[in-house]
Amino acid sequence: MVQLTLPKNSQIRTGKTWPKPEGASNLRTFRIYRWNPDDGENPRVDTYHVDMDSCGPMVLDAIIKIKNEIDPTLTFRRSCREGICGSCAMNIDGINTLACTYGMDEIKGDVKIYPLPHMPVVKDLIPDLTHFYAQHASIMPWLETKSNTPEKEWRQSIEDREKLDGLYECVMCACCSTSCPSYWWNGDQYLGPAALLHAYRWVIDSRDEATGERLDDLHDPFKLYRCHTIMNCAKSCPKGLNPAKAIGELKKLMVERTM
Amino acid sequence: MGYKTDYARVHGLGAAGEGVTHWWRQRLSSIALIPLTLLFLFPFASALGEGHEAVLALYGDMRHALVAVLMIVVTFWHLAQGLQVVIEDYVHSKVARTALLLVNTFANFALGAAGVLAVATILFGA
Repeated sequence: MVQLTLPKNSQIRTGKTWPKPEGASNLRTFRIYRWNPDDGENPRVDTYHVDMDSCGPMVLDAIIKIKNEIDPTLTFRRSCREGICGSCAMNIDGINTLACTYGMDEIKGDVKIYPLPHMPVVKDLIPDLTHFYAQHASIMPWLETKSNTPEKEWRQSIEDREKLDGLYECVMCACCSTSCPSYWWNGDQYLGPAALLHAYRWVIDSRDEATGERLDDLHDPFKLYRCHTIMNCAKSCPKGLNPAKAIGELKKLMVERTM
Repeated sequence: MGYKTDYARVHGLGAAGEGVTHWWRQRLSSIALIPLTLLFLFPFASALGEGHEAVLALYGDMRHALVAVLMIVVTFWHLAQGLQVVIEDYVHSKVARTALLLVNTFANFALGAAGVLAVATILFGA
């Protein structure tokens, strides 16, 4: 059966409460998941207090401030701080999202931060995305052609280019796939919303010449058909995309080519 | 563990080349069940509480017997397809999964056949 409870060594304990910054009047409490693979301890939730008068508005601003001023051991990924790189995806206030674009004004009460759910944790807020990236690689995320390469470029009409809107914007942050219960239970085989959205992006690219092979590779009860339109993917996507719709379109194409 | 690459692990045994038929039939059976359920329930509700004779009279009528048979066949067909998905989703042990998938198919066949036989018995007055 699927594992519904955490194994003993993954059960989360109450961690350290770090001292409040001196002289601050506008404090906000952060409860952050901590786990260090080197100390052999269970994961814990540490409590931090951040002076909001000297902090930027986004969750990423606060955790960078915590790392700089309170606890340099707090570990997380971040890079662009503007929603383009997808590095700082984490579970904030119960939602998978990007820390850099999620405003703290959207959160009531304490700010609770955990790594993306149901992934192996490397350390603290860093999930192991190796399998997720391999799944993305498996859908051939590149233009696949058989005709001779044109002298200048592969041409595409404005209308055909528009079909890629709502798909090409995906930054592979993994918020959608790690919010999907089907991906939690069968992520070893099910490709998940992110990889399938990318698969559809190449299936409908007018310049691509491997549409049939792409659909053949997806025609599998687990790779594609574990999607049960739960829609968590669309709800969590920090870029406002709809992977469930892309998966629905793939399923329609699967039927279309049998008729 | 082992030294398989992540790429090889993701590809596994490759795509099964199956899925679209199951997905399409599940939708077909759902759509068919909308009119069938209504056509089945209304006459059935009118016979409810009217006693044994009323039920015999209802399914002694060819039209009602046909609707009942179709309703039973499609219901158990749909149930088998739906439960198959649930088992595949949640049961990960290969032995338990295979056993449950077998039980699912056999049980739904048996229940469907029993239902059809019951209606046929009334219709043909055996």
